[in-house]
Amino acid sequence: MFKKWQLTLLAILLSVVFAACSSDDESSANQEDGDITLEYWQYSFDSKVNLMDELIAEFEEANPGIKVKQTNFPYDQYNEQVAAQVPAGKGPDVINLFYGWVPTYVDAGYLQPLPQDAFPHEEIESEFFPLVEATKMDGEYWTIPTSVRTLALFYNKDLFEEAGLDPNSPPQTWEELEDYAVQLTKADGNGRLEQSGMAWEPAQQGHHWLRDGLTLQAGGQVLSEDRKEVVWADTPAGLEAFKYWLSFPTELGTSEQGFYTDDVTAFVTEKAAMNIDGSFRVGTLQSDAPDLNYAIAPLPGKDVQSTNASFWTNGITARVEGEKLEAATKFLEFLTSDDVMERWLDATGELPAKESVAMQDKYVNDEIYGPFIESLPFANAHFFVDETRERDLVIDAANRVLMEGQDPEEAFNQLVEATQKLYDEYWEK
Amino acid sequence: MEQFKSPQNQNNKTTQVKKEKTSLLHKFRGNLRYQKYLFVYTCLLLPIIFYLGIRILPTLFTFNVGFRDWNLLSTDIQPFVGLENYVTLFQDEIFIKSIFNTFIYILLGVSGQLLFGIIVALLLHKINRFVGFFRVIYFIPYVTSIVAISWVFQWILMGNGIINDILVNLGFSAQPFLNSPDQAIYVIIAAMIWQSIGFQMVLFLAGLENIPEMLYEAAEIDGATGWQKFWYVTVPLLNPTIVFSAVIGTITFIQVSFTQVINMSMDGSGGPLNSTISVVVYIYQLAFKQFDMGLASAATVILFLFILALTIFQMKVLTKKFDY
Repeated sequence: MFKKWQLTLLAILLSVVFAACSSDDESSANQEDGDITLEYWQYSFDSKVNLMDELIAEFEEANPGIKVKQTNFPYDQYNEQVAAQVPAGKGPDVINLFYGWVPTYVDAGYLQPLPQDAFPHEEIESEFFPLVEATKMDGEYWTIPTSVRTLALFYNKDLFEEAGLDPNSPPQTWEELEDYAVQLTKADGNGRLEQSGMAWEPAQQGHHWLRDGLTLQAGGQVLSEDRKEVVWADTPAGLEAFKYWLSFPTELGTSEQGFYTDDVTAFVTEKAAMNIDGSFRVGTLQSDAPDLNYAIAPLPGKDVQSTNASFWTNGITARVEGEKLEAATKFLEFLTSDDVMERWLDATGELPAKESVAMQDKYVNDEIYGPFIESLPFANAHFFVDETRERDLVIDAANRVLMEGQDPEEAFNQLVEATQKLYDEYWEK
Repeated sequence: MEQFKSPQNQNNKTTQVKKEKTSLLHKFRGNLRYQKYLFVYTCLLLPIIFYLGIRILPTLFTFNVGFRDWNLLSTDIQPFVGLENYVTLFQDEIFIKSIFNTFIYILLGVSGQLLFGIIVALLLHKINRFVGFFRVIYFIPYVTSIVAISWVFQWILMGNGIINDILVNLGFSAQPFLNSPDQAIYVIIAAMIWQSIGFQMVLFLAGLENIPEMLYEAAEIDGATGWQKFWYVTVPLLNPTIVFSAVIGTITFIQVSFTQVINMSMDGSGGPLNSTISVVVYIYQLAFKQFDMGLASAATVILFLFILALTIFQMKVLTKKFDY
């Protein structure tokens, strides 16, 4: 006969195995007591998560019968986590996505268009900044953001003074930016950079600066109206922008890729005097470098002004229907209300997505957020078919010039050609 | 133990007596030894079930996914496309580059690991003092977080880093290291070798301990030089260790080339200009950046065949039987 302890051990082992296989039934029991539970996903970013907890509590109070459950994943693993839940038939009802990912998600059939009765197109187009159109595809809006971010010029006031520049008059044109960068650069006798006048990192915001900043400032366009053709090389402006962008690490010698590992580190450690970065960086600077004496100015322009905008945006997943869809719509309406937008700015530093909310005097005149908000009317959010690969193409084009000595024009044409191929592949489907 | 033994023997005798009658069920019920085996096998079976579910079945499933146009985010039926994914992969420059790089990683990385592992082990084998101290020193990198090591290397090797300071002070020109498509892969390999010397050292030390001293004495009497002793006694008798190290080294190299590359390459994805990308990094990009599970699975299958072939090759070519 089995010994008693043997039987017990077996029983325990078996029950562990079965327990591991059978814990699947809970999620379907949500609606038991008549409550609708919405599953909301966003990436882990402390200030956003905390604010969202507050907002959810208020929303639940105002809408009895609807519960919202927030789940967070680290930014790096976000797409993986979403992807991992799809085969299991689980996942969010309302999801917060980076706008550059939306086309991929739409293409995969993961999202459903926003219900038009709650979010009529005319209303979105008249109230929100035009850049939200980046997620309008096939004649439908698929997502709607609470807030947006823009790029601007961060500069170190102390280093400005040290170089004999007026810290209250940041560069406003391409020429001035070049000039300032040169004056702010220090190198040792061997030609090694000791201080970079202008941080330059294509892998960070550099590729955005090139596309939505420099190219548009020079009067060019990256994409055609229908977003199917890459028209970057159709006017000389594209190449002009590309060459200007590359002049910092080449002719001007003010910048170096990977200088103090990356642009943010270099700027925080006062090794780089200027950097182009987003409003989302303000919080990091405040917490990591409280003593850094810096200021912010809109991006220097050329023929026109332009900057890059990007945003995290909320969509409803494809399988949500019926009562749940109504609840999800209500939740989205709540998230895009004027009040939430104002609180979002206070808590996270991200700018309101509605023009009327953003352009209030108290925000436009703010020392930190003013320059970002000022840039919103001329901000552009490039429509990505594949953010990672488009970014990699720009990085590769830059590296071919910097490391292999390729002719910039050739590198640029290759970049345009390769990007066009991505768009062809995407639209073919 | 005595208590267990006696009833077991009795039972054995009884079963032998009633041999003609016993069915399998009776055997189990009546025989304590069978019950004991049943228990042991059941316990062993549980990890196997686990292993099947976590490793084997997903592996087989990967073969299936590799033949389909499988978008990770899509909930629709994933259409069967035959060998299309494989054709796409072999026309993909980056994939070819990643295979080539993986080959370099293994070739240089594993041989470097073995070489330095043997050297350190031989040196440590010779000394009697501070052995423990040196072992710890050489083993520490192996138990340090790869991510931490990668970032420290990045800082040491950057344009304004300490290595370049030394180079410049010695009158050489500063080197781009990780920022150069020609140098980056070798820098990463060097970091990986440095990290795994400790592990190889332990394996080789164990191997060296097992070589009987009398063989060296006999060789000495025959007038063998130090080099001859190494080449004709040490190396052949270390052969099993070398094979084991090579196989394990290859497999871990394929695995860790992921973490190292992600953390050390300048754009965090195998750059500059894909010069450091390895197959695992590319598989990750295909699956979780481009959501193309079909392509990623096909690449995984190719990697699987690659490792399989390599392992068989290593076993066949490197394993030799030496008898003294």
